[in-house]
Amino acid sequence: MPTLANYLIASGILFAIGLGGVMLRRSIIIIFMGLEIMLNAANLSLIAFSRYGLVNGHQLFDAQVLVFFIITVAAAEVAVGLAIIVSLYRARQTTHVEDIDTLKF
Amino acid sequence: MQPTTIAWITLCAPILAAALILLVTRTNKPLAAGLAILSALIACAGGWFLFSQGVTGDFLGFNWISIGDSFQVPIGIALDPLSRTMLVIVTTIAPLVFIYSIGYMKDEEGYWRYFAGLALFLFSMLGIVLANNLVMMFIFWELVGVSSYILIGHYFRKDSAADAAKQAFLVNRIGDFGFMLGILLFWVSTGTFSFSALNSSAGLFVEHPTMLGVACVLIFCGTVGKSAQFPLHVWLPNSMEGPTPVSSLLHAATMVAAGVYLLARIFPILSASPEACDVVAWTGAITALGAGILATQQDDIKGILAYSTISQLGYMVTGAGLAVSAALPMFHLFTHAFFKCLLFLTAGSVILGMHHEQNIWKMGGLMKKMPITFLTYCCGMLALSGCPFFSGHYSKDLIMACSWEHHRGIFWVVVIAAALTPFYMTRQAMVVFFGKARTEHSEHAHESPLVMIIPLILLAIPAVCAGYAPVEHFFFHEIGSLAEPEVPTFVPTIFMAAFLAGLGLAFLIYRKAEKDPIRIPFLENRFYIDDLYFWIVRIIQGGFARICSFVDRWFIDGILVRGSATLVWSIGFALRFLQLGNIQAYAFFFGAGVIGLIYLILNVR
Repeated sequence: MPTLANYLIASGILFAIGLGGVMLRRSIIIIFMGLEIMLNAANLSLIAFSRYGLVNGHQLFDAQVLVFFIITVAAAEVAVGLAIIVSLYRARQTTHVEDIDTLKF
Repeated sequence: MQPTTIAWITLCAPILAAALILLVTRTNKPLAAGLAILSALIACAGGWFLFSQGVTGDFLGFNWISIGDSFQVPIGIALDPLSRTMLVIVTTIAPLVFIYSIGYMKDEEGYWRYFAGLALFLFSMLGIVLANNLVMMFIFWELVGVSSYILIGHYFRKDSAADAAKQAFLVNRIGDFGFMLGILLFWVSTGTFSFSALNSSAGLFVEHPTMLGVACVLIFCGTVGKSAQFPLHVWLPNSMEGPTPVSSLLHAATMVAAGVYLLARIFPILSASPEACDVVAWTGAITALGAGILATQQDDIKGILAYSTISQLGYMVTGAGLAVSAALPMFHLFTHAFFKCLLFLTAGSVILGMHHEQNIWKMGGLMKKMPITFLTYCCGMLALSGCPFFSGHYSKDLIMACSWEHHRGIFWVVVIAAALTPFYMTRQAMVVFFGKARTEHSEHAHESPLVMIIPLILLAIPAVCAGYAPVEHFFFHEIGSLAEPEVPTFVPTIFMAAFLAGLGLAFLIYRKAEKDPIRIPFLENRFYIDDLYFWIVRIIQGGFARICSFVDRWFIDGILVRGSATLVWSIGFALRFLQLGNIQAYAFFFGAGVIGLIYLILNVR
């Protein structure tokens, strides 16, 4: 039986992988994937807290319901984000963030 | 029609005409002049109607400002013997000058501007005359100042005219500042602005005579400015830069008389304060004498008349300060309005005949060339000099006789001034009209057109007979008594001697003079008062302006305005380097910010 700590460590590793992807990779698609991984790391820790955190000996499902909401919102966000990336690619013929620096001083 | 309606029409006709001239008739000369003259005639008819019917009352128009119960500024018309007489004087002279202007201004530019200015002036003057409270009078007082500014600066392309207009306005402002303080002081102590309430409020001041004196003297400051009394007289001679009919109407007959009218208006309350009366009387006497002395050395035909106007206004102010009766200064105002208006119009006729030459030493022998001008001039000149059987004689002698009774010092001052009057007027008459022609222009001088001659003749009649007893009784018996004071028999002899001495001396000196035999630089330069004021303005006001400019340029502009802009700009410049254009860098800043916030929340309290 895995403990809460195991879940949190897994969540932390996932978050670190996502953060690393966001910080280090240059392709905007990969950065986007990193963001999604970070989001799901947060979801995982929420589920874990919900499963192991008993209130007066009872389990509460609030956090699990919240996770459903987050998944839904994330789906919508992905749709919007991908659309932006597609139109960006159409405009610039690139998905490398280093090439997109018009706002640089 | 109700008398109220007529009174309002009388007041408002000129402003309507002014608006119409400005809006509609800028290119149509006859229509512009016609509208102005029509409005003046309407005002004239209204004025005479109100006078002949003896309409009396306080007609409220509307409440202009109303704050609580204590601060009420109504716009209303007050008709009483005083305002009725003044109304007749103003509305009778105005149309004559308007008509005369057709001839004088025929070839000038800015014709419509000139007539609109005249109509605006008439409106403001009627407002002063009919105002039923001090604040309303003050508003119109300022309007008169504005229209005077417009008219003096008619030839605004000439620097001297523009400067004279500016000076007239600013010098008047100095006096008006005192006037305004006086109004507020009266309001603080009596709680009212209206003349009728104010004039019956002397009882309120029994405990505070100083307060009353100070308030009266402050109000008198307005008179000093508007009626060109010493030390604010400097603007009037310079205002002769305006067209001559303007000098005639504004700076001799009506506008400058507004100050005297103001004194007559507050006469009951003024006469309750002997100290204030002394100040008023002495200011008038000094002005009468000083301006008389200066008039003897002027070379400009209008300059002489300007100083004589100041001198005569001095008499009126003295008359008010003697605290005998409100009718005393008003009587001299009445006669003076006619003969001084006439004198200026004859001067204008001479100037036009001489092709705009104003120096009297370039004229001469005009008597035969301009006979009607000469004859009417003589009427005015003798009336001003105080010749028996001419109007000025009666009013001036009355003031002098009253001063004998009330104040011996003032008496001698005004008698000397009375001897100077025939002196400088005879000098002018001898040089301009008698002798031989001195220049080409005076050889070929010609009589003025009919439209200018007729007003001269019409004005010559009242200039001669405005002082006769029936006339005096008709216009003044309701205002106050004008009974001859009991004086020793030698006093009238002194007046006669003063008149003859001045006349004879000038006749002897200037009979054959080719150029002025007496040259006194101190007098030619107007006691150096103008230079003194110029110096004061340059040193004090100039210095103050320089300090203000320094503060403005370095402190307000440099530190506050440009300093704050520079600060914001430099902060922005520093922060600009954070905009790397790299999305990961932004994410890093964001993450670092979040971590920093978490640290702050957990560890700092």
